[in-house]
Amino acid sequence: MTLPHPVAGYRPAPDGAHPPLDFPEYRSTGLRAPAQAPIVVRHRLTEVTGPLLAGERLGPSDHDLTTQHAGEPLGQRIVVFGRVLDSDGRAVPDTLVEIWQANAAGRYAHARDNWPAPLDPNFTGGGRVVTDATGNYSFTTIKPGAYPWGNHHNAWRPAHIHFSLFGRAFTQRLVTQMYFPDDPLFAQDPIFNSVPDPKARQRMVAAFDLEATRPEWALAFRFDIVLRGREQTPFEEPHE
Amino acid sequence: MSESAGRLGLTPSQTVGPFLSIGLDWADGPDVVPAGTPGEIRIGGVLYDGAGEPVTDGLIETWQADPDGHFDHPEDPRGAAASSLPGFRGFGRAATDGEGRWEIRTVKPGALPGEAPHIDVSVFARGLLDRVVTRIYFPDEAANVTDPLLAEVPADRAATLVARPDGPGRLRFDIRLQGDGETVFLAV
Repeated sequence: MTLPHPVAGYRPAPDGAHPPLDFPEYRSTGLRAPAQAPIVVRHRLTEVTGPLLAGERLGPSDHDLTTQHAGEPLGQRIVVFGRVLDSDGRAVPDTLVEIWQANAAGRYAHARDNWPAPLDPNFTGGGRVVTDATGNYSFTTIKPGAYPWGNHHNAWRPAHIHFSLFGRAFTQRLVTQMYFPDDPLFAQDPIFNSVPDPKARQRMVAAFDLEATRPEWALAFRFDIVLRGREQTPFEEPHE
Repeated sequence: MSESAGRLGLTPSQTVGPFLSIGLDWADGPDVVPAGTPGEIRIGGVLYDGAGEPVTDGLIETWQADPDGHFDHPEDPRGAAASSLPGFRGFGRAATDGEGRWEIRTVKPGALPGEAPHIDVSVFARGLLDRVVTRIYFPDEAANVTDPLLAEVPADRAATLVARPDGPGRLRFDIRLQGDGETVFLAV
C-alpha cells in the first residue's frame, strides 16, 4: 500500500467552545447522546477535503425569504449578514450557507410543528446563499418569533435562526443557531446555555447594526461565523 | 471576537432541532451519483436511539472519494479536478423517514494512500447538540486489516464501522447512537 499523503489537520476546538453531547437539562439528549467517548482520530485526506458546493445549489429567491411566495410574509423585515472566517481570521469564500427558521409568530412551516400559532402562507422559512470571495453573505428575511416547547415547565425557545455551514473541509462542518441581542429568554434556555464558555455563547448572538439598516425598509443584524483554523504542520504517519 | 493567541473564537455548535428539513432537505440529497451510474450501490440503514427506537427526525451526511480514490478538492495530492465518473458529487445527504431509515445512492470509493476504502459520515438530529461522526467501511475488503483508523478502534466494536451485504447492489449500515451495539463515533 502506498504511504499516506501527509496533511495538515484542523485545530481542535478549545474546551468550552462547543456544547457537550450529554446535557441533561436538554431532555432530548438523554437517549441520543452516545455513552462511549469518541475515538480521537487524526485528520487524513477525507477529513481535510469536503464538498465545495456553490452556486449550482441556489435558486433565484433563496437569499430573500420574503419573496418566495405570492405575497409578503408578516413580521419585522430584517437583513441578516456577516462574514464566514476561520479562527486565523481568513475568509472562507464560496461556501454554502443554509438557514431555516420559524415565522414571525414562532411557528415552523413543518407538518410536525403543531403549536397553535398561525402559519403564514407567504413564509416557508428556508434560505441559502454562497459566501463571496471575501467570505461575506447576506439574507433578507423576517424576525422569527419565540415559541414554547415541552422541555421543562413553561419552556420557551429564544427567537433564533438555524445556520448550516460547510467550510472547505469535512472537519469545518458546522450547524449552529443565531440569536438576537438582549433576549430575555436566554436565561431559561438549555440549548443556548449548553455552551459552557459564556464568551463562546455570546458568539451566537447577532449584533444590531444601525449602519447596515436599510432606511425605510429593514433592520439589520450582523452575524459573523468562525470555523476551525488549520494546523501549520503536516502530519507524517509513522512508517513501520 | 478576539481570543487568546490572536485567534478568533469559534462559533459554537447547536442542535439542528426537529424541523431541519425546512432548510436541509434536498430532492437530490441522497444522490452521491446520478441514477443509472455504472457500479451504483445503495447504502442505508436505520438510525436508532438509546432505547432502540428509530430516530425519525435525523439527517445523515456522507463524504467520500470517487472510485479512483480522488477528491475534487485542492487538498487532493493530484489536485482539484472533476471526477472521471460523470455526475459524481462525493457528498450525500439523507433525512431519516418515519421508520428511521435513510439511504444514499453512490459508488464504492477507491482506496486512499494508506487507507482502506471508506465513507465519512455526519449524523445530525434533535437532541444532538453537535454532530456525531463515524465512518463506513466495506465488507470483504482486504485493506481493512491494515487501515490505520480501524487499528485504533477496540476490536470488539470495530464491526460497527463495517457495512454488511444486504442483497445485490445494497449495503446496510445501521447507526446506534447509544447503548447496546453503540456505533463507534470519531472525534475529528
